[in-house]
Amino acid sequence: MSRIRDNYKTSPAGRFEAWYKDGYDPMDDCMDIHKPAEVSEENDVADVIAGLDLGDTVYDRTTNKALRISGHIYKILSVVLCVVMIGALIWMVQYLPPFGQPDNPVNNEVSERYIGSGIQETGAVNFVTGMILDYRAFDTFGESCVLFIATICVQILLRYDEAEKDPANVRRRQKAATDRIYEPKNDIILQKVSVILVPLLFIFGIYIILNGHLSPGGGFSGGAVIGAGLILYLCSFGYAKTERFFTVRTFRIISLAALITYCLAKSYSFYTGANHLESHIPLGTPGAILSSGLILVLNICVGSVVACTMYAFYTLFRKGDF
Amino acid sequence: MDFLRNLPFFSIMLAMFTGIISSAVNGRTARRLTLTMVTAVLVMSALTLSYTEQIGESVTYLMGHFPAPWGNEIRFGTLEAFLALYFSIIMLLSVLGGWSHVITDIEAGKENLFYVLIDMMMSSLLAMIYTNDLFTGYVFVEINTIAACGMIMIRQNGHGIVAAIRYMVMSLIGSGLFLIGISLLYDVTGHLLMVPAHNAIEQIVTDGIYYTPLLVIIVLISVGMAIKSGLYPFHSWIPETYGYATPTASAILSSLVSKGYIILLIKIFYRVIGFNIVISSHVLNALFAFGVIAMIMGSLHAIMQTDCRKMIAFSSVAQIGYIYMGIGLGTKAGMVAAVFHLLTHAATKSLLFISAVGLYEVSDGRTDYLGLRNAAYRNRVAGIAFSVGALSMVGFPMLSGFISKYLFATAALEKPHKMLITLVALIISTVLNAIYFLRQVVTIYSGRPGEAASTSHFIKEAIAESTFSNRFASIALILLNLFLGLFSEAVIDLISRGLNLFA
Amino acid sequence: MLDIEVLFTSHLEETVAMILFGIGFSLLLLNRNLIKKIMGLNIMDTAVYLFLTAKGYIYGRMVPILTDGITDPNAYTNPIPDGLVLTGIVVSVSVSALLLSLTIRLYDRYHTLDLDKIIMEWRKEEDA
Repeated sequence: MSRIRDNYKTSPAGRFEAWYKDGYDPMDDCMDIHKPAEVSEENDVADVIAGLDLGDTVYDRTTNKALRISGHIYKILSVVLCVVMIGALIWMVQYLPPFGQPDNPVNNEVSERYIGSGIQETGAVNFVTGMILDYRAFDTFGESCVLFIATICVQILLRYDEAEKDPANVRRRQKAATDRIYEPKNDIILQKVSVILVPLLFIFGIYIILNGHLSPGGGFSGGAVIGAGLILYLCSFGYAKTERFFTVRTFRIISLAALITYCLAKSYSFYTGANHLESHIPLGTPGAILSSGLILVLNICVGSVVACTMYAFYTLFRKGDF
Repeated sequence: MDFLRNLPFFSIMLAMFTGIISSAVNGRTARRLTLTMVTAVLVMSALTLSYTEQIGESVTYLMGHFPAPWGNEIRFGTLEAFLALYFSIIMLLSVLGGWSHVITDIEAGKENLFYVLIDMMMSSLLAMIYTNDLFTGYVFVEINTIAACGMIMIRQNGHGIVAAIRYMVMSLIGSGLFLIGISLLYDVTGHLLMVPAHNAIEQIVTDGIYYTPLLVIIVLISVGMAIKSGLYPFHSWIPETYGYATPTASAILSSLVSKGYIILLIKIFYRVIGFNIVISSHVLNALFAFGVIAMIMGSLHAIMQTDCRKMIAFSSVAQIGYIYMGIGLGTKAGMVAAVFHLLTHAATKSLLFISAVGLYEVSDGRTDYLGLRNAAYRNRVAGIAFSVGALSMVGFPMLSGFISKYLFATAALEKPHKMLITLVALIISTVLNAIYFLRQVVTIYSGRPGEAASTSHFIKEAIAESTFSNRFASIALILLNLFLGLFSEAVIDLISRGLNLFA
Repeated sequence: MLDIEVLFTSHLEETVAMILFGIGFSLLLLNRNLIKKIMGLNIMDTAVYLFLTAKGYIYGRMVPILTDGITDPNAYTNPIPDGLVLTGIVVSVSVSALLLSLTIRLYDRYHTLDLDKIIMEWRKEEDA
């Protein structure tokens, strides 16, 4: 009986069945309910393959010929794609509208209204701020969410929690902790310069945020400047002094409050606009600080979120914690 | 009821608001918030669908106080509301299906961050469905990309991170091409809103001044979106990404993420450029060719896999090929077939991923064929669900896959040039699908029922059942599949009417 | 076919932007070093911002901030591309931060910045 079975197993039909079922069931055709004692063929082959240690060379590009050829083909195709694309783009540039002419398609009734009626409708002296925070506010809201979700992803990757089990992460944290011995602590030049610069940076950043609708500036640039001030303070004076006023709770509270305020304010604005209701936010006189409706509030929210985010990126990269 | 006009806007804002709040609470609260939010979006989308069915035309909703070329807008008709409803159902069932695995796969302090990513992805999907502005579309495409990357890498063994970097590199290439396409379109037309841009494009085609840049713009936008949704030559990130993520993330990534980009592409084709201009530019022929190649090569790669999850991921590559083949046919019927297949694939892929996880958690964590033998007797619901999903992919009658293949075949008959290629490709890929899916179904049922006790000697996990939420999600997805298969007439009618309003 | 004169006289900014875009795109796609890929992404995005900003400029006009009470639209350059570039810069920074943190984790684990080598090591681990 078993010889017939062996012949079947080596015949084409038997080999097809072996491929289809991915191997014969060792319990097939067995009178016991226990696993058969002798080693089946599969174990033998697996042992031999493990002994040969092909794993290291099979994926090595220099030895595996098929991998090398497919790698070359992939490279050649990518280079061809890049060259074709660059060539098409440069060839197309000559058919585009010329640079700086006032009768280009981009200078149409849209920009006329933004500049011509911008003051009356938004109250902002800076037409660009009026555009991004009033006319096309939904884009700016999406952009704040991009910043928020990038912070979340960087926290997922780099934040160190106390419940950390992964040995690679624990090792990394220990290495970073011992590495800080080599940092210049209490470096005299850095500290003396920071004493002058950091207050200036904070004041300048706050000025840029508050004047977003009156002069070049706005939430994003001002927030970046304040974030730079925080980073400089951290570098000069160390974590102990910074944690006196900026901890992880501060970060969470500020960014949460700012984003929720932004969301609610913008929802109110969109809702009243879409249903043609009157928006009860006064526009004030153009040129004063307290003018242009919600734009000042939105700038402050965006500025605080960006400042916290810049600082968070720096400290997550350096220490893995706040 | 004019208040119902505000519901799409509320759903987008609610999703973002939930995401912002979930970043500060702990894992269980974040999960409850997410489930509440997705249910709320589901209800709102259903109400919107009934509202738009009642009105019979698409509604434009101002985001702000200013109308079209000066301010932002969203626009919704029957198709957008139906897609929002369907996507929220799939997302709810995916979160329910992989619930227990989220707790084990993700570290304890970061579970709420996963739910933040799910909320953000819901909001970006809704915004991509509803948007009427190109630059808003770009910003939400970036949110979608970053949220998807976060979902891939949250399961933080080494596999997740390498898969995430490969996904990001490919996806950012697509985003870059899309962004330069939008900038060139703004340069040539001067508008970012879709309807004024369309008027300007019609002017360009009649005048003929900027026609060459218009062709290059169409190519750039199509290639950018094709790269992001994983069309054939750019599919190398798909297998590891879908295969190694946590089950909720696999289900959401394979069913929803690429579909959002395809819908944005269809919207740009219809509403910005105009479908007849796209046909005359021959871009659709290239999409058709790559779709056909994807159908065949994806199935061939799937046959060569031994790991169950990677096999399902490669079959995703083939199904995206089906959708692009439908778009590439260039007729109204082809587009209806493509959208219907989009819905089918979303339901079936999430069903397969959720039931596959049920199968290999009772097989001692092994995912290869030999390890899954008899798994259906150890976990009955997962076995039935996997079989239904596999049969739907192959095209068994009464299930949704059959209807979509039928729609593709009838759409192909209208186009004599592409008819033969389409029919031959459909036949070959159905046969190939049958080979690897039915092989898996036979394997999980093979062996006699009494053997379950004896094989558990060397497969340590005893007979078990998945958690209640997993079973509930699997059965709900089976019912969704049957609904699409049996009541397909109503759905196809809705899609056709919606596509008429799309333009 | 290709009029080089037009490219470098009336379309100089656009040409330079497209060349930079091509350089960035090739770096992102073809180079094996992860840090250079991130640099390529930044160059590509910066090229798009250069292109967009160039679209807003009109010869002989002022920056779009109200000066001396002039509200005539013909006295200011176009403010729209400036707003788009602001949004784009923030998106680019966010994506770069995410990619850099991925690079840090990958380097910690595999001790190399070469993406091909990382994939090779990964396939070996996967097989084991």
